[in-house]
Amino acid sequence: MIVAELKEINEIRKMIDRYEAILVVGCDSCVAECAAGGNRETMLLAAALKLSYKKDRKNPVITEACLDRQCVDDFIERIAHLVPEHDVILSLGCGAGVQALARVYTDKPIIPALDTLFIGETEMRGVWQENCLGCGQCKLGYFGAVCPVTRCSKKLMNGPCGGSKGGRCEVDPDVPCGWDMIMRRLEAIGELDRLKEYVPPVNWATSHSGGPRRVVREDQKP
Amino acid sequence: MKTESRLEKVLAAGHFAVTAECGPPKGADVAALQAKGKHLLGCVDAVNVTDNQTAIVRMSSVAACAILKGMGHEPVLQMVTRDRNRIALQSDLFGAYGLGVRNVLCLTGDHQCFGNQKEAVGVFDLDSIQLVKTVRDMRDNGKIIGGEEIQGPPKFFIGAAANPFADPHWWRVVRLGKKVEAGADFIQTQCVFNLDRFGEFMGQARDMGLTESVKIFAGITPIKNVGMARYMANKVAGMDVPEELIKRMAGVPKEKQPAEGIKIAVETIQQVREMEGIAGIHLMAIEWEARVPEILEAAGLSKRPEV
Repeated sequence: MIVAELKEINEIRKMIDRYEAILVVGCDSCVAECAAGGNRETMLLAAALKLSYKKDRKNPVITEACLDRQCVDDFIERIAHLVPEHDVILSLGCGAGVQALARVYTDKPIIPALDTLFIGETEMRGVWQENCLGCGQCKLGYFGAVCPVTRCSKKLMNGPCGGSKGGRCEVDPDVPCGWDMIMRRLEAIGELDRLKEYVPPVNWATSHSGGPRRVVREDQKP
Repeated sequence: MKTESRLEKVLAAGHFAVTAECGPPKGADVAALQAKGKHLLGCVDAVNVTDNQTAIVRMSSVAACAILKGMGHEPVLQMVTRDRNRIALQSDLFGAYGLGVRNVLCLTGDHQCFGNQKEAVGVFDLDSIQLVKTVRDMRDNGKIIGGEEIQGPPKFFIGAAANPFADPHWWRVVRLGKKVEAGADFIQTQCVFNLDRFGEFMGQARDMGLTESVKIFAGITPIKNVGMARYMANKVAGMDVPEELIKRMAGVPKEKQPAEGIKIAVETIQQVREMEGIAGIHLMAIEWEARVPEILEAAGLSKRPEV
């Protein structure tokens, strides 16, 4: 899923203070799972904004709504009736959600309320971990299902650097060394021999380096 | 001989080689670089020029190599993969060779978070092992990455680094083997302070037959004072400074600590020279280049061979 975090309210206010009627729109998918932009967080943000404006003796219209998915037209259209009476949409979707709203509601400013961070997993309640960079050619099968491109701070492909100490990364002792994790996994599944093989340079053309990516499937089109 | 490198010649003739690190200035101060270079002239076989070490912006290692070469030095170009993608790396290799550089040390580099440009993108298009292979493929096959042929392939004597002190220990010699397999002709190790661990690593390297196919330089860093010893022990990634060494430095009055640090460096040189498979030393006298001649004198290495 996509993991995101709510921006500071001051930063959000800087972007929306110029508007008088604000439609706050959440997304009940990924960003709900990471407790940043779901139904609950949308209500909380709308309440916090109202309070914040009240302190400044201002009283903009603030309406909240939440979509099941902010990145799919069928859902986006469900707020169509609310959009005309507001002059801005404050989105609690990820970056994809914000841009999808802008594509559909062409004459409305769309403001992000979240910082979109990464593709990751819920490791435990309250802890989300980045583990995929979407490089476009998954090689997890060779690395014990731990991604060197994502989990190694230097994207090393041929084993840990000289900064791996006690299973920790030199960049930050709170960050586990991705290669230490790969080696432990390979040991556990009896495939340590893979470490000796030379891994050639990654083909980044399938990643974002190749430009914005797009998947087109004729069999899926209406 | 694979190359025109003077360093390769020194090693091939069976001499115990000495290289020293020379960090370029934080700016365009050529005179400062030349002053450092002057201390090292005539007392080392090659100077090893760092590439924005610890991710701090400095004069480019290619330019600094050319300046030092102009003074009569044999430069070793350090190249990190942190700042340049494969287009820039390969292009700079051509350029450096064109300027007369014959040795390259292939590194990944310290992460940008350690330096003074913490907001920079970390490129890491290649890793150090892939860079070693790239330089080897240029030299031996006349090809760049992707297989295209090149005009006038640069023929570098190829170096790589090894850190026997990082974790996990068992992996370190395997990684060394990977670097040798990829094309490393010589290896510079991380600063040696823990001689027991270093001896263990060298034993593993001999057992794998690696010392027969690669020239290993033991990294030597003289410690200036007990503060530096503690700093290296606690703050510098990949360092192993034993507690007894810190105690030894602390047990000496402050004004005598530099001399003690040099004494320790000389003792370390003498001990690594006894180890089978050590082909030379690499002196990393950080901002202390002026003391290099004295260290080499004390270690009996001040006379460099003519080749």
